[in-house]
Amino acid sequence: MKEISLHLLDIVQNSVKAGASHVDIRFRLDASGVLEMGVRDDGCGMDPEFLARVRSPFTTTRTTRKVGLGIPLLMQNAMQSGGRVDIESKVGEGTDIVAYFVTSSIDCLPLGDLASTMASIIMGSPDKPEFSIQCSSPAGEMSFSTEEIRPVLEGVSLAEPGVVQWIRESLDEEIQPILGGIMK
Amino acid sequence: MKSMAELEAIRKATLSRINLRTEEKGETTRVVIGMATCGIAAGARPVMLAFMDEIDKRKLGHVTVSQTGCIGMCRLEPMVDVILPGKEKVTYVHVKPEMVPRIVAEHIVNGRPVDEYTIGAAEKN
Repeated sequence: MKEISLHLLDIVQNSVKAGASHVDIRFRLDASGVLEMGVRDDGCGMDPEFLARVRSPFTTTRTTRKVGLGIPLLMQNAMQSGGRVDIESKVGEGTDIVAYFVTSSIDCLPLGDLASTMASIIMGSPDKPEFSIQCSSPAGEMSFSTEEIRPVLEGVSLAEPGVVQWIRESLDEEIQPILGGIMK
Repeated sequence: MKSMAELEAIRKATLSRINLRTEEKGETTRVVIGMATCGIAAGARPVMLAFMDEIDKRKLGHVTVSQTGCIGMCRLEPMVDVILPGKEKVTYVHVKPEMVPRIVAEHIVNGRPVDEYTIGAAEKN
């Protein structure tokens, strides 16, 4: 992947496939330049046996092929910056996956276009789950949730082109001042 | 700041377009984009957003854009299927955002697939 955001786009699919009704995404950049990217869902969760081997590229839930590279590629990029990936999960409760990136490292990927990524995520699953995102850094914080715009839209899908465009533009405007420094 | 008034206006514009869609009784054209790990890594996100932009710009009410997983031809990603009502599916490969306006204009609007971008052309070499 060329951007940290693209890893988000990729691993969020795991939460969607786990049947989550809420997926909460968080980006926290601390003063030392460590970026935390977290995805917490209330999907089906993983049992300890599956959790123990979920980091392997040869672990996947799909039946068409025997490989799954979402988590291994995320780990590779987090670790090459000097960071790590933590995964907590309980069957019936959900999963929390957290990747840490050391943004001062020359080997750290840029955050990339987070607003477009959120728009793509929401467009891909417009009815369920509800997505929320929180971003914070020493420069400030913002939050957004699909639940706050659904009542305004009343029956118009979140996948309609005009709505997707609105999400992309409004999020970009709010995320820029907070995480703009690590986007490129 | 997020403007809810603007969103409300978008909702109204979208609703009138949806009504037009049902009145015309035209069947929908589907655009399906591969968005698994391989597609995303190869650049599917900007391609998908380019389709959304182009459809929004041309006010094409009868077109839906959706995502799919990996179909096993990862080396040809980003891949896009365009399915016109009553026609056979056309698969475009190695799609870049710059190619999208032409696919929309020639294929989705005028019904002539852009042969040089299709899987058939790519696999000949």
